[in-house]
Amino acid sequence: MSAPKTIYDKIWDAHVAHEAEDGTCLLYIDRHLVHEVTSPQAFEGLRMSGRTVRAPEKTIAVPDHNVPTTLGREDPETMPEDSRVQMAALDQNAKEFGIHYYPMNDVRQGIVHIVGPEQGWTLPGMTVVCGDSHTATHGAFGSLAHGIGTSEVEHVLATQTLIQKKSKNMKVEITGSLKPGVTAKDITMSVIGETGTAGGTGYVIEYCGQAIRELSMEGRMTVCNMAIEGGARAGLIAPDEKTYVYCKGRPHAPKGANWELALIAWKDLFTDEGAHFDKVITLKGEDIAPSVTWGTSPEDVLPIDALVPSPEDFEGGKIDAVRRSLDYMGLTPGTKLSDIEIDTVFIGSCTNGRIEDLRAAAGVLKGKKVKDGLRAMIVPGSGLVRAQAEEEGLADIFKDAGFEWRMAGCSMCLAMNPDQLAEGERCASTSNRNFEGRQGYKGRTHLVSPVMAAAAAITGKLTDIREFG
Amino acid sequence: MEKFENVSGVAAPMPLVNIDTDMIIPKQFLKTIKRSGLGANLFDEMRFTRDGAEIEDFVLNKPAYRKAEIIVAGENFGCGSSREHAPWALRDFGIKVVISTSYADIFYNNCFKNGILPVVLPKEAVDILMEDAERGENARITIDLDGQTVSATDGTEFKFEVDEFKKHCLMNGLDDIGLTMQKVKAIDSFEAEYAAKTPWA
Ligand code: SF4
Repeated sequence: MSAPKTIYDKIWDAHVAHEAEDGTCLLYIDRHLVHEVTSPQAFEGLRMSGRTVRAPEKTIAVPDHNVPTTLGREDPETMPEDSRVQMAALDQNAKEFGIHYYPMNDVRQGIVHIVGPEQGWTLPGMTVVCGDSHTATHGAFGSLAHGIGTSEVEHVLATQTLIQKKSKNMKVEITGSLKPGVTAKDITMSVIGETGTAGGTGYVIEYCGQAIRELSMEGRMTVCNMAIEGGARAGLIAPDEKTYVYCKGRPHAPKGANWELALIAWKDLFTDEGAHFDKVITLKGEDIAPSVTWGTSPEDVLPIDALVPSPEDFEGGKIDAVRRSLDYMGLTPGTKLSDIEIDTVFIGSCTNGRIEDLRAAAGVLKGKKVKDGLRAMIVPGSGLVRAQAEEEGLADIFKDAGFEWRMAGCSMCLAMNPDQLAEGERCASTSNRNFEGRQGYKGRTHLVSPVMAAAAAITGKLTDIREFG
Repeated sequence: MEKFENVSGVAAPMPLVNIDTDMIIPKQFLKTIKRSGLGANLFDEMRFTRDGAEIEDFVLNKPAYRKAEIIVAGENFGCGSSREHAPWALRDFGIKVVISTSYADIFYNNCFKNGILPVVLPKEAVDILMEDAERGENARITIDLDGQTVSATDGTEFKFEVDEFKKHCLMNGLDDIGLTMQKVKAIDSFEAEYAAKTPWA
């Protein structure tokens, strides 16, 4: 009998197209997602060397990072010059190389990591890559999904393979159930708080345990999305009934006999009893609290009822990093996190821009008003999420509460387009990165879950959702 | 890609941990559709004020480090966004080697594809090299890729590990795609077999 394998081992083994003596492999890629910011130089490279896209039918392009999210955004008159240039380049490249494409005015357009699963491109057991670090999101389906650089984008376009060496296996188990008010976002932030942003470097994480099984597909995507923030190459979760139900009937999911065949194969995607993990981390679901970041690294995370730490609480190089971070964030050690006042709320991104996230936020906002003077925006993750939210009446709840209701895109998650924080502005954000300047020059970001963001919009400060009612 | 030649030069000390790619090249410079020219905006928000004036304190603005070819950095250098604009900007500025205890995976790989050698050394070694780097032009650090050593100013040698294949490509300026194209037969036959097994994929 062969040695017991993890899911990662299984997917890896099924995709090795060539292995060199030193263990360097050519890993075959099933889905290549492409967006406007990290791809132009790759297509330029193909053109310069006279190469073509090897598997255009497995290559999917959608603009998201730099698209305006205001209504009427297609108007080239109002679009910033650089957006227009990148949009035009993607348009041209998609057409010239014959790849699948969802242009900005297509209702299916949205953040690449939301569009992939939504359209049934992302399926269990697949290898998925994209020139974007949050490709880890797709691991929620039990696929091996990771971010790549532009040279690698070009490599995959030309060869449908990626040069890879195998990573190590890490198991992150969340036992038991989550308490009320605690979400997938809090799980994934707590794990990073535990491991640090470099704790996962060199690993592929498998998330498992009862609390993970109890999450919806949306929640699982939120968890895997931030695997990269813990430094991991990818994060994945074994597929189960919820996964199949989510995939079934999506435009590019298999149909008929192929669906039956796929199901048989997918049912083998679990980690064998006794398989080896190089590292194991276990958290108790009931110990996880609604969490919030206080600094400028995703590892700077604490439960909402904690206090802003002091640099002396840390060791080594982190002491200076924390000093710098607190200065940047304008925070004094010892302040209660729940006393921190904010001026902006952003709900959206590939971490928390799916329909379930909007439903959760609407649940908190129903019949309430955004605090006077606070700027609040909701940017759905895709045009289809937006349409669904309108149909369910969520959009009205948001608008009545005083939120801006935007078109789909990355928006203030990385603030490439005009959706930015002003200098010194403080934002409760459902995105995944709180780096310096991430949401705007000298902008200050506190990462939170959608329900916590919604509550903060009403009270005007970081708020413990458990005490909010 | 240019061949990687051994480097002996001034190293800029950047002891901060978790220097992310947003710091290396802020997103407002990702709007280009070209690879070149990003060096002017390397570490932009740490290097310049909003109105474009140089921030004197920032290491690369100090006379001794304007021509640095090496960066000695705190742990987990290059974390965050996968943007290859980060190594493009470093290389365009003239950085050929980064030395740290650890890097984020994607950034680490991206370096090799752009002629930059990311050296991993234990903390004790990085601490010594950091001290060297702090001495500015009074200290030179030497990197020999073939011999896999970094030498501090006083001659102390530190051996580092690097993947054989990556080293080979860097030393010979080889382009990955060309190399993979030589294995196209293996890809073809894998693809045919795989398609038969997984008709839905
Ligand atoms: S939403 Fe944010 S994290 Fe996600 S792909 Fe867009 S920019 Fe990246």
